[in-house]
Amino acid sequence: MSAPTYDLGKLHGGLRLPAEKRLATNQSIQLLPLPEQLFLPLSQHVGDAAQPIVNIGERVLKGQLIAETDSSLSAPIHASSSGKVIAIEPWPVARRYGNRAPCIVIECDGDDKPIDAMESVAGYESLTPDDLLLQIMRGGIVGLGGAVFPTAQKLMAAISGPLDYLILNGVECEPYISCDDMLMRERAEEVIRGAQILMHALQLSKCYVVTESDKPEAIRSLGEAMGKIADDRLILKQVPTIYPSGGEDQLVQLVTNLEVPSGGLPTDVGCVVQNVGTAAAIHRWINLGEPLISRITTITGDGISNPLNVSARLGTRVADAVEFAGGYTDRANQLVVGGPMTGKSVTTDDIPLVKATNCILVLSETPDIGPEMPCIRCGECSAVCPIQLLPQQLFWYACADDEKQLRKHGLTDCIECGCCDLVCPSHIPLTADFRQAKARMLEMADEKARAERARRRFESRNERLAADKQQREEELANQKRQAKSIGSAEIQAMLDRSKEKKEDD
Amino acid sequence: MQFSRRDAPFVTPSQSVPVIMQQVLFALIPAALAHVWYFGFGFVLNLLVAAIFCAAGEYFMLRLRKRAIEQFLYDYSAMVTAALIAFALPSLTPWWVTATASLFAIVVAKHLYGGLGFNIFNPAMAGYVVVLVAFPLDLNLWTAPRMGDLDYHYLTFSEIARYTLTGTFPDYLSFDAISRATPLDSVKSGLVGMQTFQELQTLPMMGDFGGRGWEWIGNFTAMGGGWLLLRKIIRWQIPLGVFAGLLLPAGIMYLLQPGIHASPGFYLFSGGTILCAFFIATDPVSAATSDRGRLVYGFGIGFLIYAIRRWGSYADGVAFAVLLMNMATPAIDYLTRPRIVGHVKDERKT
Repeated sequence: MSAPTYDLGKLHGGLRLPAEKRLATNQSIQLLPLPEQLFLPLSQHVGDAAQPIVNIGERVLKGQLIAETDSSLSAPIHASSSGKVIAIEPWPVARRYGNRAPCIVIECDGDDKPIDAMESVAGYESLTPDDLLLQIMRGGIVGLGGAVFPTAQKLMAAISGPLDYLILNGVECEPYISCDDMLMRERAEEVIRGAQILMHALQLSKCYVVTESDKPEAIRSLGEAMGKIADDRLILKQVPTIYPSGGEDQLVQLVTNLEVPSGGLPTDVGCVVQNVGTAAAIHRWINLGEPLISRITTITGDGISNPLNVSARLGTRVADAVEFAGGYTDRANQLVVGGPMTGKSVTTDDIPLVKATNCILVLSETPDIGPEMPCIRCGECSAVCPIQLLPQQLFWYACADDEKQLRKHGLTDCIECGCCDLVCPSHIPLTADFRQAKARMLEMADEKARAERARRRFESRNERLAADKQQREEELANQKRQAKSIGSAEIQAMLDRSKEKKEDD
Repeated sequence: MQFSRRDAPFVTPSQSVPVIMQQVLFALIPAALAHVWYFGFGFVLNLLVAAIFCAAGEYFMLRLRKRAIEQFLYDYSAMVTAALIAFALPSLTPWWVTATASLFAIVVAKHLYGGLGFNIFNPAMAGYVVVLVAFPLDLNLWTAPRMGDLDYHYLTFSEIARYTLTGTFPDYLSFDAISRATPLDSVKSGLVGMQTFQELQTLPMMGDFGGRGWEWIGNFTAMGGGWLLLRKIIRWQIPLGVFAGLLLPAGIMYLLQPGIHASPGFYLFSGGTILCAFFIATDPVSAATSDRGRLVYGFGIGFLIYAIRRWGSYADGVAFAVLLMNMATPAIDYLTRPRIVGHVKDERKT
């Protein structure tokens, strides 16, 4: 086993937030009982929705493929338990503002009968990286840190360039969330085995397993698992507990002291970052043959009676999960999917737990903090900004809708971590404002693109007309030339012929 | 179950504008006590007049501009302005002078520019400069600091109150008997009159570094400033910039020609230097906003204070230095933008 190391890059700003994690970490991960119905959204990932391949009324088994991909950026969906497909219909999901999205609804039969073909790949080491990546894609594996980018596609993009490190992200920096912490404490070996598969797929020989200094239990069990597996390509690394050190680019900066270029990816500096949960899911799929049909989710907050971490079947309604966690307390007022800094607030607990759901946070009513005041330019926001932006200036330009200055001041580099909101004495909802400004900017770019398309259409039409005209003129000139080249006698003969014709009439 | 909806983040901010302003006022208490000890109760009367007129101006302008009166009247920012005006004025100041400064600060410098957060100039300094130009004689009436000088008539409370209300002394007192030049005035005229700084230092009014009394007020002001730094209400860049901007040129000149230049210590502990570094230049609204920008801004103020004191016609120059750098703030902010993480350095110039 290798001891945790500390040689680190620097992160600008950030916040030391009250962790609030103990709420849910004093009991082990509980298996969430099978619900009566499962609601599996077709889009649980970044990219295009999967296409259902089952019919209503069809019986499905646990682990059976029920929706497959027909695009280059998507991920398949598997049945989380056995039962009957009773509907494929829109159902509330955890998008911002809880819209509906098409879901496959399975009525569970309670047998939880697995599909026969849940075969494991015998020895992934014998596969070529390409075959291994294809196999990972079939497991429906997506990034479980919350971004849900299809893992295989991320890895495929990564191997096209030179790589130095695989970084396993066990830095769960947002308050309340503890699913990765509990995973590392209780299933560290799965994480490490997943890392080995990833290293084979990427043909890498160095992997940093990174976690935060406030997770001694996780560090201990990771160390034990690494000692047991004895793979000296893996190095355990510890980073200080500062929010948002678990952001992908921020973590790369901390671990390698290299900045991910603006608009670029960690691969630009030779790194691939994967969440520890994703690594464990890959291990379960490749070594044990279980596709991504469950995940660990933290159910916590002062609105929950018995906060804990559950291993939940994907598609379980949040209401069912909360019931298992002792139900709501009297103070429950807000339902947040994700953490308190970047989560999404939703209005109904009918939404299902999906691949992205790392945390269900139920909070009491927000205390009244008084009305928003004007910005007094105190600069606290820029002191905590991990990207070294000047939120106070961005806010100014966002109010003025000055796109040029917004770009210049790096609005598109904002990672929406929410640090600036927390330190603002004027209580300006900066992150929400920036989110809106970004959307407006996209809209404007879209309008520009549309105008550009229209302009190009118009120009090509003009060109086409001009070309037609030129062609006609050329033909005319040709005819004239031909006419000239023919002798006058023949012309006379032609005229005579036409005269005769007329007389015949 | 239905839930209420908000935007992330769901953690409530810990700081607020009224609390910041209250803490600034709180940090001024040691300086105020020292001021009262050395220059008498005039300071309290000035503070009272300034507070009344600042509050009245604020109320009037908020009504006129149809703003939420409750919200802004209780943000305490007008009280900070009032306090800084009271510190800037001599302890013997007729009430109408204080009132003029207060009303100009709040009505013109603050609200006509858009109110809290939008004022370009530091309101207190703008108000002070207006009365400095409009009532030059009144602003020259500094009393001697309490130093147990047997020949000097230290004013009683009723004499101070009478002067504040009417601008006159009882028959047995005269302007000349009460008025004393400040150490900055004396050193300035002394140096012009070909005396060396070392000779001037032997004057009874001089203490270890600056004038007697003045330097202790400076110490107490710095105590409050240090507390603000610890509480992170202000950051270190501006105070450091002011001190560096003043002490570097002063130090270099003093080393080169110690006779004809006052020492850096003298400039540091005289007049409003320390108050400026911790409480005036640090007004966030009119200051530069990035870390590097604040260093530049502070340095500019410090340097201008030195230049005005050494070569200008005003003895102190803090107010002018601050207002001049206020004008430079937008340019400083633009030119000192930090490099955004993930960008190469030259990119920001494109």
